[in-house]
Amino acid sequence: MFYRRAGIRHTRYQDERQLWPLPFDRRLAILIFLLALAAPFIVDRLYLVSYLLPWIIWSTAALGLNFLMGGAGQIHLGYGAVMAIGAYCSVHMVRAGVPFEIAMIAGGLLSAAVGMIFGAAALRVKGLYLAMATLAMQYIVDFVIIQFPAISGGTQATIQVPRVSFLGVPIVGDRPTYYVALFVCVVVTLFMLNVRRSSFGRALAAVREKDYAAAVIGVNTFRYKLLAFWVSSFIGGVVGSVLAVCYYRAISPDQFHLDLSISLVAMVIVGGLGSVLGSFFGAALILFAPILLNQFVGFLSSEFGLAITSDLRSHLPLMLYGAMIVGFLLWEPLGLAKIYANMRNYFLVWPFRHARQ
Amino acid sequence: MDMLLLAELSINGVFVGLMYALVAAGIVLIYKTSGIANLAQGALAMMGGYAAWAFTAMVGLPIWLAIPIALAVMFLAGVALERFALRRMVGQPIIMVIMLTLGLEIMLRGVLPGLFGSAVKRLDVGIPNTPLFLGDLFLNRATLIGGSVSFVLILLAIAFFNSRLGIIMRAVSDDQSASWSVGIRVERAIAIAWGLSAMMATTAGVLWGATQGVDWSLSLLLIKALAIAILGGLDSLPGVLIAGIIVGLAESLATGILDPIVGGGTRDVVASVIIVLTLLLRPHGLFGREHIERV
Repeated sequence: MFYRRAGIRHTRYQDERQLWPLPFDRRLAILIFLLALAAPFIVDRLYLVSYLLPWIIWSTAALGLNFLMGGAGQIHLGYGAVMAIGAYCSVHMVRAGVPFEIAMIAGGLLSAAVGMIFGAAALRVKGLYLAMATLAMQYIVDFVIIQFPAISGGTQATIQVPRVSFLGVPIVGDRPTYYVALFVCVVVTLFMLNVRRSSFGRALAAVREKDYAAAVIGVNTFRYKLLAFWVSSFIGGVVGSVLAVCYYRAISPDQFHLDLSISLVAMVIVGGLGSVLGSFFGAALILFAPILLNQFVGFLSSEFGLAITSDLRSHLPLMLYGAMIVGFLLWEPLGLAKIYANMRNYFLVWPFRHARQ
Repeated sequence: MDMLLLAELSINGVFVGLMYALVAAGIVLIYKTSGIANLAQGALAMMGGYAAWAFTAMVGLPIWLAIPIALAVMFLAGVALERFALRRMVGQPIIMVIMLTLGLEIMLRGVLPGLFGSAVKRLDVGIPNTPLFLGDLFLNRATLIGGSVSFVLILLAIAFFNSRLGIIMRAVSDDQSASWSVGIRVERAIAIAWGLSAMMATTAGVLWGATQGVDWSLSLLLIKALAIAILGGLDSLPGVLIAGIIVGLAESLATGILDPIVGGGTRDVVASVIIVLTLLLRPHGLFGREHIERV
């Protein structure tokens, strides 16, 4: 059903190697892209600004982290700090009068440079120790940003983002902001979709599966791990600047604390390691599940008179993050993307349930 | 810098460091037996603090009874954690296991304050609040007692590794399948390690709860404990003792000397700097075995 294979014949190797060999997948992707383009004219302003925009930005960040965690198999617990570097760098440059396009790239480059310094620890050690190194990075970057008034504007200070324009379009109002975020998201998504078909992506996959086996077959693991850190941190920095300019509009250090890193890691794991689609699913679930749960709990307490303390309600998001990470790791380690793949597979071979795809 | 303040900072730092080391010892214990770094150790300490508080304030038991019961409950909790969560992850990549313990940490950090209320709970273990004056030195009594208890407990843990059960655990840490073949029940050894480590975390939680009250911030002990465990070498208990003193001293001196210069906040970053420096200069720590795979 739906994902029909009948009657589809690939007569050239190119056809087999397409991003979406099945026409249904292709049409679905185009439909979703068109919907995303038309969203500002369809959905209400409130939903656009408070749901769609954060979803797109956080998905892009999750994609960047997924590139490192799922693509190259390196753990990173300090991605929030990477985004903070990009955000602060680009905002300061924009305030100094540099065009936003250049500031965005520069933010990415600075993030990549700093991220690579800490990622260099990954070249000496791995696994657990890498987790520690990146966790330490989060704390150190937080400290540096807060303690240097030249960066943060003093303790407890927020820095306003001036009005900027992107490729000649001034970023004011909801629609231009949304389209800028969507543009960056589409670029990163296309990169992520295609990188795994390139030699770079295959080298990373080899490093992820077993690094000395990769070295044996001639992949320079040193170089590719460093490159993975570089690319991922670059995306993180760019997303950080988009987050600052398009969403927060005024940045303060506490927006980029460990909480952000943890929720990004949760998005990647819940969505599915190494899956592009999963990053979008994961971002949606991690962003919106606490809101929905909170509304549900509020509904319960008002309709049925259940006594639910404000402490409990304020800690629901943390419980949910933790429970989702643990639950997905125990029962569906490949995340929501795997659940979608199972569903797709079911329809693909329907009604022959036991047939392979 | 006057010498008196320096001496005061150093002594308090050493004892605080020993209290951190107790949390780190739990991490080392688990790493030694099963090769898993438990990122939920901070949350376990918090859970222990909450458990002791719940048995005194909510059940109404006297403190000398509440602490042993909390220890027993936490031992079971640790065993259950291993049985129902960690054992299912055997054979998965290390990144998944680390993420699982991190997920547990986040979940506990939400569940406990959510259920018991997030206000700071006072845990009275009978240590008087008055500071201790030693000549002109001004010392914190709770820290002194806490540090000494931690010191004794870590020595006990070192001694434990020379007992029969401890030798079994050392065998398991050396080679799991070899210990299997000589008839050691590997799963049971690992489960006991988790239980013991949860008990150590509980003691740390109670001691810290007595100094600063029980609330979610007890889980922040994790980063300090990690710094100690890494500096000391992840598989060395004596290393924990030494590294604990070093980290405690560094933190206390940095807070006392650097804070007035940079304007506060150094306390939290000392541990991170120590982690990064250790990883860059001596990844296996001061006393750890040099078996980290390098590529």
